[in-house]
Parts: sequence; structure tokens; C-alpha cells
Amino acid sequence: MKIIRNTGLSIFLICFAVFLSLPFLGTYKLTEKTFKENFTDAQQQKILEPSLKNLFDKEYGNNISFISDYNKAFDNANKEFREKKEWDKVINDSHVLNIVKDSSGGFVKNNLALLFIICFLISSLGGLMYMVPALYLKPVAGIKNNHIYHRGITNRGIIAFLFAAFLIAFYICIYQQPAYLSNWILLVDGLSTTLTGAAASQWFLYGFLYCLVMSVMSVRMFIKYRNNNYEKLRTCSVLFFQIAFAFMIPNILTKLQLPSMDFKNIWPLDYTFFFDYHLTQLTSNGMLGYWMLGWGIFLIVVGVPVMVYFFGKRWYCSWVCGCGGLAETLGDPFRQLSDKSLKAWKFERIIVHSVLVFAVIMTAAVLYTFFTGSSSILGIDTYSIRQAYGFGIGFMFAGAIGTGFYPVMGSRVWCRFGCPLAAYLGIVQRFKSRFRITTNGGQCISCGNCSTYCEMGIDVRAYAQNGENIIRSSCVGCGVCAAVCPRGVLKLENLAEEGRFDAYVRPEEKAF
Amino acid sequence: MKIVIIGNGISGITTARYIRKQSDHEILVISAESDHFFSRTALMYIYMGHMKFEHTKPYEDWFWDKNRIALKNAYIQKIDFDNKKLFSDRGEEISYDKLVLSTGSVNNKFDWPGQDLKGVQGLITKQDVEIMEENTRGVTDAVVVGGGLIGIEMAEMLHSRNIHVNFLVRDDHYWGGVLPKEEAELVGRHIKEHGMNLMLRSELKEIISDDDGKVKAIITKDNKEIKCGFVALTAGVSPNISFLKATKLETDRGILVNEFLETNIKDVYALGDCAQFKNPKENHPPVEQLWYTGKMQGRALANTICGNKTEYERGIWFNSAKFLDIEYQTYGLMLKKPFDDEDTFYWEHKNGKISMRANFAKADGSLRGFNFFGIRFKQTVADDWIRNNQDISKCISNLNKGFFDPEFYKSHHKEIIENFNNAYPKFKANIPKKRFFVF
Ligand SMILES: Cc1cc2nc3c(=O)[nH]c(=O)nc-3n(C[C@H](O)[C@H](O)[C@H](O)COP(=O)(O)OP(=O)(O)OC[C@H]3O[C@@H](n4cnc5c(N)ncnc54)[C@H](O)[C@@H]3O)c2cc1C
Ligand code: SF4
Ligand code: SF4
Repeated sequence: MKIIRNTGLSIFLICFAVFLSLPFLGTYKLTEKTFKENFTDAQQQKILEPSLKNLFDKEYGNNISFISDYNKAFDNANKEFREKKEWDKVINDSHVLNIVKDSSGGFVKNNLALLFIICFLISSLGGLMYMVPALYLKPVAGIKNNHIYHRGITNRGIIAFLFAAFLIAFYICIYQQPAYLSNWILLVDGLSTTLTGAAASQWFLYGFLYCLVMSVMSVRMFIKYRNNNYEKLRTCSVLFFQIAFAFMIPNILTKLQLPSMDFKNIWPLDYTFFFDYHLTQLTSNGMLGYWMLGWGIFLIVVGVPVMVYFFGKRWYCSWVCGCGGLAETLGDPFRQLSDKSLKAWKFERIIVHSVLVFAVIMTAAVLYTFFTGSSSILGIDTYSIRQAYGFGIGFMFAGAIGTGFYPVMGSRVWCRFGCPLAAYLGIVQRFKSRFRITTNGGQCISCGNCSTYCEMGIDVRAYAQNGENIIRSSCVGCGVCAAVCPRGVLKLENLAEEGRFDAYVRPEEKAF
Repeated sequence: MKIVIIGNGISGITTARYIRKQSDHEILVISAESDHFFSRTALMYIYMGHMKFEHTKPYEDWFWDKNRIALKNAYIQKIDFDNKKLFSDRGEEISYDKLVLSTGSVNNKFDWPGQDLKGVQGLITKQDVEIMEENTRGVTDAVVVGGGLIGIEMAEMLHSRNIHVNFLVRDDHYWGGVLPKEEAELVGRHIKEHGMNLMLRSELKEIISDDDGKVKAIITKDNKEIKCGFVALTAGVSPNISFLKATKLETDRGILVNEFLETNIKDVYALGDCAQFKNPKENHPPVEQLWYTGKMQGRALANTICGNKTEYERGIWFNSAKFLDIEYQTYGLMLKKPFDDEDTFYWEHKNGKISMRANFAKADGSLRGFNFFGIRFKQTVADDWIRNNQDISKCISNLNKGFFDPEFYKSHHKEIIENFNNAYPKFKANIPKKRFFVF
């Protein structure tokens, strides 16, 4: 079994190394044909051709110099207009990703199927070979957190920081410089064409990787928590919503040339929901579009409060949400790294509610522009507010920090400090909900397992040892505190609202 | 008034916190083991890598300043009760108006030959965990002596490092002095399931040293030799009061106290593991060595010290533990045999890992207590039923009101009821009506 395990790990690491090397492989040659395919407009061709011509048929050994030369040439063509401030003539979209993809040749391009199998299928298999033997090596089900604080990867060792660096770099590339990842995107082109009818974008790659990573890591969840039905069901649920709702349905809608929508994504997490282009897209697609618009608004206005009232915010954060889904699968090994201090809690409340306010203001501004046509409000350009939100919150916070910092700050950095929807759900949960984590009388031995393994950094023990129920706006109801408690002190449940804040008092002490 | 507390364990700290809650007295807590209060019950998790030491501290370090509870890391060597003065190992002299002794426990040793060899130890203190880390390095086989709660924790710790455990238990069953046979067997099977060598009816005779003064084997009373690089001695604990012997303070096994936790000396109190009740209630142990009792005693004592004299009242008993992967909760006075006036009902799941027991009065069927293995149960429900002599058939019918397992766990209620009705046809438990929408 140990041999299988180690072989699996080696296979995974080799495949991962191959995957990591891909962006640096291959040759790149821009041809006139590629150029014309990407810029079909004759006018644009005329403007760009003089400066891009120098690149035609020149072969590059790596994408870095190719992209840099291409971008230079492209900027050159626009330079004159910019200097003259002839903004209408400036060509904004350089199509760099598609250009790079189409210009790519050599090893990667010629072995797409093989590389797809190695990078995604065999690597997953390696991962599974590493994880599944746990069933035999630790045949007795139960909470096994052994050695979590002895291992570098789960205890902020060097390897954890390296992993964080990789994740952050990945997010920066995906959001800002996808052209450098062209070879990875090429790998999923075939799949994308089948599913959506179009070549892959970086977002298709991202969605695909997201589903793949979640699937593999949920196997780990099923093994680790095999004695716990709550954890198993919840994992099935997030996995289903990710694959079906976040990935398959939007892609199929795209293929059908309908407006694509992730039906489970709710504003303000889905901050582009009220953006002009999205509204226009929905309103110009007949009944279906209006229905989608209505569904989105229904979720915000009715779905969230009603569901949170009955089940707590967990119905979304640990059962449905994609961010939550990644946190509960890929992030699970890192959950203990969240900061439990009172300071962190204070910080969290300020930050997360500020983001909510920011999201509301940003959306209000965008809608103002949509309805009035005026692009500035109180002298501030609404486009720049939205730009700032998209960059600061959408990319930096949710992506680079939120996921990139898993190995350093735990799995729910975004959900805890950044997610405006979580803030909204949390307010309802704190003030009007039947959900609570009940503390079992005076049974707590203050051991600290619950607090340590709370990914939201809630000091669960602080409540449990006083016989108080845990009612916190940030609790995502992952159930792990209850799972790891060695004395059976905690239970997540939906009960009558009355008395949810009452602490346990021993009958002998009622008189105290 | 200056209150000095010796020992920053759960009982001393609870006393300090509750004194602070109701008064402005000056509070000083002196302890030699750690700067800050930590959870002794969590020591095993540090060794197993579930947590680091700082995770075991129930309060952040700023808490003490904020609550004006002064802390001092020092060992008190001598107490002058007449002049109300303490003397620390650093030559300090500390005066007090009221003194609280909560000095905890030390390991029992029975003068086994070789008990002080390197690689032989118990587990009580933070330092013990550090030493254990040293002592188990490179060890492949270990022996755990003593089948109690700390024994199984040490067995689990060793097991987590892939060290083969030989578990020496004197009784016929694991923890046979406390658990009824069925439950003890259930735990025994689970220990074996984990690949440990459970050696029942085995006692330690002697520990043998290698040339470097480190343990290399043990010999049992029936002259079996077991090779091992580590020996865990867990044959119980006793009050840590050696530095108090030969003073005016009345002691026996522990510091003798009355039901108000007062010692024979005015303004001196004792509680927790180090205290011994002069007149324990019937069936109550004179020394209570539990986290929960330390906590409850601390609350009562804080009242007394603050002028509201409060008797310590243990209430309906409860306790819980975890045997490797099986959780255990018990309510009421549940000993290895039911009392003479009690009947007992035991149910065990066919997987052999889940069980429950209810003891009840033969005469009128009123509930006396529960044992649960692999089932979580609500303390409030059990406490209420036992306190109010709830009829056993009602209890069994309403078990679902107390089940505390996580959502979506399989309920065994129906099976328990059927078994109960078969075993005790004169009581009839009913299957509760299903409610589909529990809103
Ligand atoms: C490994 C282990 C697991 C346990 N698990 C459980 C459990 O699951 N459930 C349960 O109910 N109970 C459990 N217990 C028992 C429980 O931990 C004890 O009953 C409880 O900690 C006792 O608290 P205390 O405050 O009386 O003493 P302690 O916590 O022992 O504190 C006494 C402190 O006083 C200090 N001290 C002593 N003498 C002096 C001196 N002269 N000068 C200065 N300082 C001094 C000591 O260094 C020590 O820090 C466990 C015990 C152990 C060892
Ligand atoms: S309190 Fe418990 S259920 Fe809530 S987020 Fe933390 S670990 Fe999960
Ligand atoms: S894990 Fe359980 S026993 Fe430990 S501190 Fe939390 S609630 Fe208390």
C-alpha cells in the first residue's frame, strides 16, 4: 500500500512538473494568415499590418519574447493615435491570447491529446493513488488529523509558501496575462469546442481545472470524513453544483447561443450581474433572458433570507457555492491555518462589511449609468468604480489572495474577509435564523480542536466552554468543529429561534 | 483583599475568573508548569500533531491583563500559614489574605524496578509531552501499563507514530474497574482493531535497562518478556501535595476539605485534583480528578471566597471520553455493575462499535443513568430525566429528543426500542411518530 502511495505521489509530481513546464515549451510563429483570421476588419488590418509585418514568419523559441515583441508591435501601431488623442481610432483588443495560441507550434501543439492525458488524467490518477490507500493504511474510520502540525505543507513550511507562490502566480496569469498560459489553454481547446462550440478561453481552462481539482480533492474528503454523513453529503452537493451549475450549464447555454448564466451565483458575489452588458444581454434574449434576470433577483431578495432563516448560511457557503466548494476540497488540508485571535475577528468584521458596502455602491453606480446614461455620479466616473472593484475585489481579493493564500492563511480567506454575499448571508444568520451550533451542556474540556479546525477562524471553544451556543455571522456550517470534537459537544442544527442565545446553566447553579 | 492561587489549571483558573466576575479583589495565580493556562486534556493532540501548544490555551495571552488576573511563573516551595506567606524557588516572599491550593496531580508509581529508567514515563504535564517526544524517537515497540483513560490516550499517541503498542491491563477487561463487561469488551475489540496488542490480566513486574540506562524490555508478573523502547506508566494519579506535608494543613491522600472546599486552616482553600473530601457523599469518590469537577468546584469556591458561601454540589454525574475513534458519554452513577436495586438494559449495534446502556430502578422503573458509546447524547435531557426519575419506558421512547449526533447520521432508535421491549416486556416503549417536516 505504501508503495502504491509513493508511486502515486511520484506520478502526480512528474505530471505536475510536465504541466508546469508547458508554458515554457514550443515555438511561436505569427503568420499573415493568423493575423488576418484574428483581425477580420479590413480597416484594422490596414492599421496594424505595417508594424506587425516584421513579425510575420519569424520563429520564436519561447512565448515570453514572442508576446513581448507582439505587444510592442501592437502598441507601436496604436502609438500615433494615442499621441494624437484620436481615441476612436485606437485598437484596444490585441487578441494576444488567440494570436499566441494560433501561432504556437512544436511539441505542445503536436501532442495535445497526449499532454491532456498526462497533465489531467494521469496526474489525477496519481493523486488518487496517493489518497485511496488511506482506506487500507488507516482502516478504521474516525477523525485523523495526525501530523498536520508536523508537516511543512499544512504547517506553513517552505513548501507551503512555494505552493502559495504558485497559486498566486497562476491567478495573476489567468486574470491579467493569460497569453503566457496559451499552451495550457490549448490543451482544453478540444474539450471546449465540444462543449461550447468555441475555442477555449482562459476562463474555460480555469473552470475545467476548478472542477478537476474539486473532484479529485473530494475523493480525499470522502475518505477522510467517511464516518460523517454530513460531510459526505455536503461534499457531494458542492461538487454537483460546481460541475453542473458553474461549469456544464453555462457552457451548454453558450453552445446554444443563449446568455450563459451560473444559476447558483448570487449578487453581490456575482458582481457583474447588474453590469450593463449583462443586463443588455439578458433583456435582449426574450423570455429566457427575463426569467434569468428574475431568478437572479429572486435569489437575492427572497432566496437568501428565507433559506438562511431555515438552514443558516451554510445552505449556500458549504453546500452550493463554488468558492466554498474549492475551500472545502482543495482547501481542507489548510483549514487549521485561519487566525482565531480577537484581533482577526475585529479586522474581519470591518473588512467584510466594507466590501459589502463597496459592492452595493459600485452596483448602484453602474445601474445609475445604465438607466440614466450618465457616466458619472458626483463627479466620479462609474466605470472607474467598477474597474476598481473588479480589480481590487474580483481579482486581487477573491482570486490571488483568496485562493493563493490557502497554504498560509487557511482555506476561507476570501469567504471570511472578502465575500460581500457572505456578509449579507451572515447578517441574516446572526439576527434571524433558526441555525445554531448547540453546545452540549457542560461537556466541553476546552481542548481546542474545534477552534483549531474552524476554517472561519471562529473561536468555537470560547463559546463551548461556557455552555453557550455558537451563533456567528461568519459560520459557514461546514460541520468540522462538531466532527473533530472529541467529546461530542457540538451539533449544527436548525431549531426554534427562541432561546438560541441562552447559555447552559447547571441546575445546581441556577441559584448562583 | 489579596487572593493567591497556586496552580493555573482548570480549577485554579476557574476560581480566579469567577472571583473576578463578582469582585475587585486582587488576584495572583502562581504556577510552575507554564506561563499561561492551557488545557491538560489536549496534551495528547500536541504530540499527535493535531494542534500546537498555543492552540491548547483557552484564552489569548492579553486576557489576563485585561481581567486583572496577575500571573507568576514560579514554584512555591514552602508556605508559612501562620504569617500568610509563600516562598518561591526564586527566593521570593509572597503574602496573601486568602490562599487557594489547586496544585493538581502527580503520577502514581508502585516501586517497580526500573521505573526511573530513560524511556519510562507518564503523562500529566506539558513537559511530559516534550520528554515523550525525545523518548519515543526511533522507537518501534512500546508498552503501556495501566488500562485507564490516560493509558488509552498514550496508546493512541504512540500509535499515531506507528509505534507498536503492547497494552498491559491488570483487569479482565480494558478499564474493567469502571466499565461494565460489554462496554469494556467493545473498547477492547476496538483497541485490537487498531492493531494494538491488548494484554489483559497482565501486570508489570520489572522494567529492564540496556547498557545506556534506557529501557529495552519489560517483564510481566507471569514472566513474559516484551521488548520495547518506551514504557508509559499510567496507573492512576494522586494529589500533588508533597510540598505541603509536615505543615499544619490537614492532608490524607489529598488536602482535606469540607463541602465548601475549606481546609482546616482559615482562609486556605483547596480544590481540583489535589483536594480530598473529608466526608464524601455516598458512592462519591473522595478525590475527584476530572476537568468538569475542577470547573464546578472553582465556580462554587469563587462564590464562597466572595462572601456568598456556596456548597459544592456535583449534581447528576456526567463524564465523557474518547477511546481511539469511539466516543463515550455517561450520565448518572454508572459503575461496572448496576446497584442492587437496579435493572440494566444494554443494546449494541451489530457493528460492535455503537452501544447504549440504561440503568433503572427495579421497583418503579425510574431512570438512573446512561452509557453511550458511539452515540452523542444531550446532557440536558439525560440530566433532566435522571433528576426527575423519569420512567424508563418514556425515556427509551423519547431517546430521539436527546440524540446529539450530527445531522444525517443514522438513528438506531427503532432498533433500540425493539430490543428494549423484548428485554423488558413489562415496560413498553413506543416508536415515536415520524415528523417529516421538523419546522
Ligand atoms: C493526559 C490527561 C488527560 C485528561 N483528560 C481528561 C478528560 O478527558 N476529561 C476529564 O474530565 N479530565 C481529564 N483529565 C483530568 C483533568 O485534566 C484534571 O482533573 C484537571 O486538569 C485538574 O485540574 P487542576 O486545576 O486541579 O490541576 P492541574 O491542571 O494539574 O494544575 C495544577 C498546576 O499547579 C501547578 N503546581 C503544583 N504545585 C505547585 C507549586 N508548589 N508551585 C507552583 N505551581 C504548582 C502545576 O505545575 C500545575 O500546572 C486528564 C488528565 C490528563 C493528565
Ligand atoms: S464554527 Fe464550526 S461549522 Fe461554523 S465554520 Fe467554524 S468549523 Fe465550520
Ligand atoms: S473540540 Fe469539543 S471539547 Fe474541545 S474545546 Fe471544542 S467543544 Fe470543547
